[in-house]
Amino acid sequence: MMFIDPHAHMISRTTNDYENMAAAGVVAVIEPAFWVGQPRTHVATYMDYLSAIIGFERFRAGQFGIRHYCTIGLNSKEANNEALAEAVMDILPGFALKEGVVAIGEIGYDEQTALEDRYFRAQLELAKELELPVMIHTPHRDKKRGTSRSMDVCEEHGMDPSMIVVDHNNEETVREVLDRGYWAAFSIYPSTKMGNARMVDLLLEYGSDRIMVDSACDWGISEPLGVAKTARLALERGVPEEQVRQVCYQNALDAYGQSGQMKESDWLDPLPVDQRTVYEGNSILRGGREPVVTTDGHTGSQHVKDNNDLPGDLLIE
Amino acid sequence: MTPQATSEATSAATSIATAATCLTDWLNSRLSPAQSDWLQAKLQLVCDNREPRDLAITFGLIPRKLPRLDLQLDDTELQAADAARAGWSPQHWTIDEAARTLLLLVRYGADAAGLGECVKQLCRTADLSESIALYNGTAVFPMSDTLSQQIGEGLRSNMRVIFEAIAHRNPCPRDHFDQHRWNHMILKALFTESTLHPILGLDERANAELALILCDYAAERRAAGRRISYELWRCVGPFAEGAALEALATAVTSDDQAEHQAAVLALSLSGGPDQPIDPKAERIIAPYTETLAQVATGTLTWDALHS
Repeated sequence: MMFIDPHAHMISRTTNDYENMAAAGVVAVIEPAFWVGQPRTHVATYMDYLSAIIGFERFRAGQFGIRHYCTIGLNSKEANNEALAEAVMDILPGFALKEGVVAIGEIGYDEQTALEDRYFRAQLELAKELELPVMIHTPHRDKKRGTSRSMDVCEEHGMDPSMIVVDHNNEETVREVLDRGYWAAFSIYPSTKMGNARMVDLLLEYGSDRIMVDSACDWGISEPLGVAKTARLALERGVPEEQVRQVCYQNALDAYGQSGQMKESDWLDPLPVDQRTVYEGNSILRGGREPVVTTDGHTGSQHVKDNNDLPGDLLIE
Repeated sequence: MTPQATSEATSAATSIATAATCLTDWLNSRLSPAQSDWLQAKLQLVCDNREPRDLAITFGLIPRKLPRLDLQLDDTELQAADAARAGWSPQHWTIDEAARTLLLLVRYGADAAGLGECVKQLCRTADLSESIALYNGTAVFPMSDTLSQQIGEGLRSNMRVIFEAIAHRNPCPRDHFDQHRWNHMILKALFTESTLHPILGLDERANAELALILCDYAAERRAAGRRISYELWRCVGPFAEGAALEALATAVTSDDQAEHQAAVLALSLSGGPDQPIDPKAERIIAPYTETLAQVATGTLTWDALHS
């Protein structure tokens, strides 16, 4: 089975992670522009960061047979530095149309300040102008109300919910997000966001329509195999294979493919120029290795025992 | 300006105009009428308004408006390229790369300083395809200090494809690099497991210092038990004396058939084209009659080794 991880900060990850992800069946990742842990104090460092995720990281991923896409935006934490934020807003339009940029994001609220609100709105307008999807980061604190507010603001700006992925959902937020017509993404991130057993419960309850799973792996203790491990667990617990395929692959492709910058042929039938430059092909697609989760319907625990391609614990809590 | 400088400037301007004509012809025969019209209108806009913003937007839009497909030039077109600029062989270029190069040529013509500054600015925020297009373009761009500095940035890149956009099938290094930059480009190509044979001017630009550096490099690889690219010996051959001759003598005995052949070939050519070789070199290769026969009959050449 092929996987897409539609939220992975690969710039903070190692080559081992890329190898493990490729071995587990990940064919594409989306790297949202985000807060790198240390606040940036100059627009120039922000520019170089954006250049890195559209340039070197894309190239690096390609060497492991993984197609790399990104989203461009000013994150909510750094929106609170007004001087920086103003300067970043000036450079965003130039970056948003680079090759492989599939959305404006991740944007939204952190502490729900006035400055966060101002730049969130400004970036929604930019996304509308450039006809790009949006990836919304919902806040860690005051999450439920922050999530509702994010959607309210989108609607105030006349955004089409089908162009918006609301990320970092949990049991408390998912119903409203789906009911209002948005894509609902879940970050399988230990300790602070979703665990994969809880995720499987949600899949059993809500099905797979407009739901997607990501790892949100970054510089913290996180799991780049979050998507693959969730898929394995879901299959083990009886979620139909087609539904697993939707939440771990197809929905991300459908949502972010609306940018026109991400197509299945990018990894199944890459252009010659891509094969010469950014993409060295996936060993699974070349038939070199068995994918971790088979597509033959044999999804029981037997398969897990047979396969050591998902290092570490299967459960992410 | 001295008469000679004037004549050089005129010939540079002619070469740029010819290159632009080539690119225009190739694009026109591959684009749909709508795509051609779009490009033509944008070129006109950029030349009329001379606004950096218009150029940056057009540069960014090209792969969204035009196909990212290989140009696939035929022999006649490749000959025209070589006539415009000796060594220019864009058989690996794509349609969008050609259009991006044309955009810069049409906007700046022979204004080397203006074009260099523009390339520098575009490189600051370039994605990979943009970087590759810009560095490929150095094959036909007029040289300036700014462009030369930017090329230095490209050579330092960890992305091999960017390095190769400068180093491979591009007459720019042969025609413009000083010896230091040339030598380090060759060494980096070997270090990054790229290849030497697509580098233009490999034989003309060979030099004693490079031969020395390469022999040290080969010794270091051997000490670490690592494979040595056979291509290296091509640059050492013309300076086969002293330590270099000893290094070649070792390479001749290599278990790696390609390295053995390359070392024998390098030594047999070490006197220069159609010149006799040094008796010491001759003694080293004399026992390898079979390999020497391949050299004599022309079945063992640098080109044959690479294929």
